Amino acid sequence: MTQRKGGGGSRVSDAVSAEDMARVPLQAVLLADSFAQKFRPITLERPKVLLPLVNVPMINYALAWLESAGVEEVFVFCCAHAKQVIDYLEKSQWLSQPSFSVTTIESHDCISAGDALREIYDRSVIRGDFILMSGDTVSNMSLTQALQEHRDRRKKDVHAVMTMVIKQSAPNSLTHHTRLGEDELLMAIDPETKQLLYYEDKSDDSKGILTLDKSLLVDSTAIRMHNDKQDCYIDICSPEVLSLFKDNFDYQHLRRHFVKGLLVDDVMGYKIFTHEIQSTYAARVDNFRSYDTISKDIIQRWTYPFVPDIQFFGNCPIVKLERQGLYRAPEIIQSHSTRIHPFSLVGNATIIGDNSTILNSIIGHGCSIGHNVSIKGCFIWDNVTIEDDCKLDYAIVCDGAYIKAGAVLEAGVILSFKVIVGQQVIVPSYSKVSLLPQPTKQDSDEELEYADGSSGIMENQPIASMIGVGDEDHTFDISDAQFCGISEVGSSGAGHIWSSCEGGLEEEWKQSIAPIPVNKLMEFSLRLHADTELSNQADSIPQTSGEQHPDSESADSDEDDEVKDFEKEVEATFLRAVDEVPGVDKDNIILEVNSLRLSYNLSFAECAGALYHSMVQLALRRPHSNNSELLNNIDNVIRQWKGLLKHYLHSVDEEIEVILKFEEICQESAREFSSLFSLVLNKLYENDVITEDAILSWATEKEGADESDKIFVKQSEPFIQWLKEAEEEDSDEE
Amino acid sequence: MPDVQALVNDFVFKLKRRKIEGSHASARQTAELLRSVVSSQRVPYTNQAAALIEAVKVVGEQLISANPVELAVGNIVRRVLHIIREEDLSSTAALMEGLNLSGASDDDNDKEEREDRPTLSAAAVAAAARSTLRAPSLHTLLEDIPESAVAPHPSSSGGESEGKSKSAEKSLKSRKLKHDVIEAINELIRDIDTCHEQISEQAVEHIHHNEVILTLGSSRTVMEFLCAAKEKKRSFRVFVAEGAPRYQGHALAKELVAKGIQTTVITDSAVFAMISRVNMVIVGAHAVMANGGVIAPVGLNMVALAAQRHAVPFVVIAGSHKLCPLYPHNPEALLNELKSPAELLDFGQFSDCMDFGTCGGLPLLHVVNPAFDYVPPKLVSLFITDTGGHNPSYMYRLIADYYSADDLVVQRRQVSGR
Repeated sequence: MTQRKGGGGSRVSDAVSAEDMARVPLQAVLLADSFAQKFRPITLERPKVLLPLVNVPMINYALAWLESAGVEEVFVFCCAHAKQVIDYLEKSQWLSQPSFSVTTIESHDCISAGDALREIYDRSVIRGDFILMSGDTVSNMSLTQALQEHRDRRKKDVHAVMTMVIKQSAPNSLTHHTRLGEDELLMAIDPETKQLLYYEDKSDDSKGILTLDKSLLVDSTAIRMHNDKQDCYIDICSPEVLSLFKDNFDYQHLRRHFVKGLLVDDVMGYKIFTHEIQSTYAARVDNFRSYDTISKDIIQRWTYPFVPDIQFFGNCPIVKLERQGLYRAPEIIQSHSTRIHPFSLVGNATIIGDNSTILNSIIGHGCSIGHNVSIKGCFIWDNVTIEDDCKLDYAIVCDGAYIKAGAVLEAGVILSFKVIVGQQVIVPSYSKVSLLPQPTKQDSDEELEYADGSSGIMENQPIASMIGVGDEDHTFDISDAQFCGISEVGSSGAGHIWSSCEGGLEEEWKQSIAPIPVNKLMEFSLRLHADTELSNQADSIPQTSGEQHPDSESADSDEDDEVKDFEKEVEATFLRAVDEVPGVDKDNIILEVNSLRLSYNLSFAECAGALYHSMVQLALRRPHSNNSELLNNIDNVIRQWKGLLKHYLHSVDEEIEVILKFEEICQESAREFSSLFSLVLNKLYENDVITEDAILSWATEKEGADESDKIFVKQSEPFIQWLKEAEEEDSDEE
Repeated sequence: MPDVQALVNDFVFKLKRRKIEGSHASARQTAELLRSVVSSQRVPYTNQAAALIEAVKVVGEQLISANPVELAVGNIVRRVLHIIREEDLSSTAALMEGLNLSGASDDDNDKEEREDRPTLSAAAVAAAARSTLRAPSLHTLLEDIPESAVAPHPSSSGGESEGKSKSAEKSLKSRKLKHDVIEAINELIRDIDTCHEQISEQAVEHIHHNEVILTLGSSRTVMEFLCAAKEKKRSFRVFVAEGAPRYQGHALAKELVAKGIQTTVITDSAVFAMISRVNMVIVGAHAVMANGGVIAPVGLNMVALAAQRHAVPFVVIAGSHKLCPLYPHNPEALLNELKSPAELLDFGQFSDCMDFGTCGGLPLLHVVNPAFDYVPPKLVSLFITDTGGHNPSYMYRLIADYYSADDLVVQRRQVSGR
């Protein structure tokens, strides 16, 4: 054990653990392929693990961490672009470390992490416990304790096959989505044994209900539900994990299939445990948003010692940290009027012209930036040329891209390798531009997404538009694209704008590097809070049911939707009766509505409400130019169909329901009626549809309501007053 | 050579990854590494010293750039370069002396001379040779040097007469030179190892009965200094400021209590309130610069200012390997390092503050965790090194004893040469 000689005090514990397992060196499996397509179109040309994260190819963070954590043997599993990864590793110093061996495994027919692990099993290179991680993970955690816990558990229980590293995140549920662009993660953990009992990363928002097997409580005395934990995607596995993958050939995804598989069918009794890290850092670059966030965390030094100004791997670029978190390589040529704001990094041999502003951006080596350029929140990789007067907001610009004078990149743009943007062109938000055309179908050689399909499948026709076609014409339509083929690179620009993926529109703002627009954020937080608000108003009064957010997901809203459906059905039936067969038998309608009522399992009151709703709609459809004609219309309708309505008005309750329904209609769907409310109420009374008892009890019911709810009561105040007086007179007469 | 290269690479890696912490460990390992570099270096027939210096410089540059914050590494590299120069000079001087004494260069006579030489310690010879070239420093004046070793006249003609020496003498000398250099480096390593004891020996002179000592954070030198005073039956009390954010003061308090010293732990912010009761502040240092300024754990500048306000002596204890020949304004001296903010804040609790999706992509929260403070020389009352107590204004003289002026910019020359 030569590598441990004379470490500092803090390394003593590592040395002990290394000796502990002197028989089997600590091994790690590094998956140099994410088996996802989230970084397309960039990953068509370069594997994800070689993309620069703060000017350092990502895989270096993973390898440097494994090295410092005391791992001795690493197997780098290369799949997509295997040759590039292997070439890179051969050129780097990683393969020549004295006490840290890196072996590459190349395979081309793997399409998932499961396949990769099966391949590794077949090679039988893993001899003991190993670390399983993907090459896009950044961490500085110490493995000593987690490993020790894992080994102790293994001694007691051979079924404890895996320890998953998790990290606390802020309890704000928004943060999960907005920080790393991931879905909310729900976990159930036994607080004492730290056993993982439930794992749900694609939590289905539409249900809003979580079902836990009650048998979980048989084994563990307590269960703690967490939505404030972040999965670091670092696992300490026992060799059994590989054989489990071998046995269950349908396991593809590590989390979705393997972890859930073990948790759900505990036939074999295998258990998964968690290890929570406190002050150290671990996160995985999963999408563009987490790329942005993790880059900023690195700039802010949370990943110390893996920060830009420490050369944590061989041939690392030299960068100096200046005040306020500004990192600069030594040989920058920069105009005096250039302003580089804090939290930026500028790479070696970059030239920046007059009056340019750089804010929160990371700029690679050998870039050339012209005069009056504004760069905000961007990631500009190596050898990029940006001409004068360009404006870049929250964009990723890959190696060798060329942005001509006056071009503007709007928020969230991704320019892939060697794309040329023409003069004065405005590239719209969230567009992805690549020299390669968008593939029409999935080709198995490339990275594949095994998600349930939200972002992976691209069924759209590729809209291969040229950007920078004309200097004045900024539109991107197909005719232009055909007119100006890729051969005309020389003229002004080169590249295809990729159409967004199926269902990707919703994801786009969430997973792009641009900050989330305020309105989206509002909408999003509203949707998240809808749950809690609704559950607070469990016994909400009917009026509010209509005001609920359409996207709200809860049991209440389901019921609400049913009522809406029912109303539609009733209206359709009613209108059919009115339009198609004039003078149709009202008994037929009653029959149909009754059968609807039974199938939807609703009360008579709701039938009455729905019918009345249909009647109002009918009146609204008939031609009218002013309020009096509208009133006339509704009068006619009421006269014609009051028999039908009467059929459902068995008691005062149903009549009140009709009034409430009318109120709701006036507030929402047909505001034309709001001024006519009291008049229509009067008509209903005159036609004996609604009795005075109903109106009076409605008025008393409303007395305690909010001011906003009282508009119509106030409007019909004289009518109610008249009713009351009439009643008194009646009683006087008696 | 390849195995040495592997050793160098290994060490460079450890330095880069910040796996070696503390100037003592860094200094010791650097010296050991340079010793193996020197011993494995093939010396050419002529100009051996230059070859050794070149080899050490090449390695030294790598080491310094690997962790520029750890100044002790650079100090040791410069010390070793100085040792090579001194040994070269002294052997040349000795040779000249031999030449002069024997009148004609006689082989037998010369050999006898050589056998006599080892009786003088290399350091003494070096000091003797140095004293002939330089204005005498206080250090060299007080040193007990046998008069016979000091030969003022021959060295003046040393430069021109060197070329005349015979090749046989040269080969002998080269082997001799390497051997002497290794001996001297061994001595340096011994010095580093024993610096704590040598400093602790002086404890009794500085700590008196019923005194109250204040210290901040944890330093092994300070701990041994205090324990040595305790062993000499001094009874005193220690205030330990905990030293946020690493709180090494807690560990120090534990050790002091184990040694039976009356200890009080206070927060860093309470230092000013407590300083009026303190008789002396004793702290460790990360590095001592040539002007007498101190690079010290963060928080010490505040303590020094408090001490000055209440006229409490501020004593800095540092082994001689921490003496840095650079001035704090030198561009190649990197004075500080920002550590991970995780030492201050829990990332999980604050992750919503670092949510770049919602707050316009701008990180509003910035956590700064510097490792060191700079204490200017005027705030320091006394330095205690393994060679005794010194005034801050005396530091540059001390440094002149340990380093050669040619080596100060070892790093920069290499960089610009590329």
